Amino acid sequence: MNKNTTEIIKLKLAKRYAKEKRFKLYGISAIAVSIAFLLSLLINISVTGLPAFQQTYINIEVDIDSKLLKLDSQYSEQELFRANYSKVVKQSLKAMFPGVKGRKQKRALRQLVSKSAIYQLRDFVIDNPSVIDTKQSLWFLARDDVDVFMKGGIDRSLPESDRRLKDFQLVWVDKLLSENRLEKRFNVSFFTEDDSREPEQAGIKGAMIGSLLTMLVTMLLSFPIGVSTAIYLEEFAPKNNKWVDLIEININNLAAVPSIVFGLLGLAVFIGLFGVPRSVPLIGGLVLTLMTLPTIIITSRAALKAVPPSIREAALALGASRVQTTFHHVVPAAMPGILTGTIIGMAQALGETAPLLMIGMVAFIADVPQGITDPSTVLPVQIYLWSDSPERAFTERTSAAIMVLLGFLIVMNFLAVIMRKKFEKKW
Amino acid sequence: MKNIYKSTAVIIASSAIMSISNSVVARDYIDVVGSSTVYPFATVVAETFGKKTGGKTPKIESTGSGGGMKLFCAGNGISTPDITNASRRIKLSEYNKCQKNGVKDIIEVMIGFDGIAIANSKQGPAFNLTRRELFLALAKQVPNDQAGELIDNPYTKWSDINPALPNTKIEVLGPPPTSGTRDAFAELALQGGCFTYDWIKQIKKDSKTAKKSGDKSLASQLKKKYKTICHSIREDGSYVEVGENDNLIVEKLRANPKALGVFGFSFLDQNSDVVKGAVIDGVKIDFEAIADGSYPISRPLYFYVKKSHVGKVPGIKEFIAEFTSEDAWGEDGYLTDKGLIPLSDDARQKMSDSANGLAPLKMQ
Repeated sequence: MNKNTTEIIKLKLAKRYAKEKRFKLYGISAIAVSIAFLLSLLINISVTGLPAFQQTYINIEVDIDSKLLKLDSQYSEQELFRANYSKVVKQSLKAMFPGVKGRKQKRALRQLVSKSAIYQLRDFVIDNPSVIDTKQSLWFLARDDVDVFMKGGIDRSLPESDRRLKDFQLVWVDKLLSENRLEKRFNVSFFTEDDSREPEQAGIKGAMIGSLLTMLVTMLLSFPIGVSTAIYLEEFAPKNNKWVDLIEININNLAAVPSIVFGLLGLAVFIGLFGVPRSVPLIGGLVLTLMTLPTIIITSRAALKAVPPSIREAALALGASRVQTTFHHVVPAAMPGILTGTIIGMAQALGETAPLLMIGMVAFIADVPQGITDPSTVLPVQIYLWSDSPERAFTERTSAAIMVLLGFLIVMNFLAVIMRKKFEKKW
Repeated sequence: MKNIYKSTAVIIASSAIMSISNSVVARDYIDVVGSSTVYPFATVVAETFGKKTGGKTPKIESTGSGGGMKLFCAGNGISTPDITNASRRIKLSEYNKCQKNGVKDIIEVMIGFDGIAIANSKQGPAFNLTRRELFLALAKQVPNDQAGELIDNPYTKWSDINPALPNTKIEVLGPPPTSGTRDAFAELALQGGCFTYDWIKQIKKDSKTAKKSGDKSLASQLKKKYKTICHSIREDGSYVEVGENDNLIVEKLRANPKALGVFGFSFLDQNSDVVKGAVIDGVKIDFEAIADGSYPISRPLYFYVKKSHVGKVPGIKEFIAEFTSEDAWGEDGYLTDKGLIPLSDDARQKMSDSANGLAPLKMQ
């Protein structure tokens, strides 16, 4: 009888091992598939986005002629600001390419340099008024089409009508290249400029500051409110009370509500009722607070629950009040978990666009916000707006902005991991 | 730990105070809402305006024409937008709503034209379509041989409609109903093709006569009837809604040479190495054909200004002046670089005069 059982087990053993092996295989292949997807996404984004970190600059001999600027010998600051810099740039380009004729070609010639050249020259002259009536060799941003060409985005072998750069423009570019007047440099302006409709001038500084301000508002509101709610519900609220149960169910439900609903709520309550202005980090922060609160409350409660009852009981036994027990012992012990939850909630809010659509943060804003009541946009919205722009050169910038956003998210999640590792207590 | 709680309390209190004090402050930037089609043009003007004057750059939200009108007409307070962009003219109902909510004087500015391209991949066959063929390919129900009868759209291949067309499945990628481009496409292309059937056109005529004779309910009933016939797009998979991202449509056309796409002319202009526009009613889509009106699927673009905000919000007059300057909307202006089709010289002159003179719009 005994022998028989062993035999039966032995017979089944091979099957059981095979089953285990198969299960392992399923697991590994599931992970492999997800890694493959992730890698293809990351590689795709990097390949499209990396060129955006370089930018083509163009060198021009600028003849800063006071006559062209329409400046007299005596001029005020105002006149210097309003002077005709576009004419100077135009004339300098003409001097470099003599023999350009016809309206179409002249216009194309102007389009070698970015529109920002005019303002760059203006600022340069205002800072150094002594350069008036001299010749200067200056580097300007190249127009997006030239930039795309320099990065290999325009195929010379295509028929002329299918190219953004025509044959005569390619001749100019070749000439500039042979004179070393075209150069690719690290794209600093991508990080120091605000949004622009000219791809070569567009940067993410405005969106980054906007994200920062919005996150600041979100954190300042959601952390204290969320944590206090969690502490009350976990430590002080009466057990088996209908109202407490109702609140709990609602919080858990809210965590699963689509984020756009919070946007609608924000639109109705904060903008409609309280008159908070549209499109500002303040309203964005308020709406994202609503969105992150359930996450923070749920994770904080889990962290508080993980503190062993013995800690509470010991404190109470030694005569500490419930408030003392909670704030001197339980909350400090739960803090790493609470902070981790908060950071994850914030990371979620950082990547959110849908609720912001409703409250007017999906907008073109060319000025860097100075405070929480200046109109601003945020990084994911910037990505959305660029992905919808017709200019070809925006595609690479979209991917580059995604890379920056991913960078921020990785840093935040990494921070959460470090905090957990560092402060975690083993009971 | 105690300090943390104290400082948190201070922060909450201060942020609450900040939020109250801030809502009182007046706005020092122009607030623009409206059409996603006008957005690429308005933003360039805003940016140039900001850089030229050194002042604050207007804030431009892309809400769609209808959404913009709703916000614009919601009231006359300083918290409402100053300007709304539209890829169609303001409707009488919207104008009336504006009047009712205290937005009395509205300045209308027509800025130019936008063409809607029907395009496919460079690898695909050349399409030479009429609007009637487009209607037959995409309508939910199409007229039968007998006048007044409708049947569910039976066509699955282009060659079913016209043997001269390619022998491929009808597959058109286009914007969803929320989009102004879709509205214009239905209005100009499908309705244009629809009205080549006399009996459908007759419904419209009947509706107009009913309106004149004062029978409003019959008029609107008939209007609804022909709109349902002409504007309903089939839902059996031949028309695929791709979301309001024209770049996505271009990308999908590149991947699928058999499909056609519907999007704004500026996207065709920027991607001429990937996609090619179809010939519609014998006219090839290009800059000139849209400008002189021979390309049938083009629409005017507008923006509307609240006159009462001029002077209250700094820069509105200057913004209008920038938008209507030859530098911007002229034939060689920077807006044409972005794909705007300019008005004729005379129309520009007239429009610029009335806009800069802040002449309010009058609708009956």
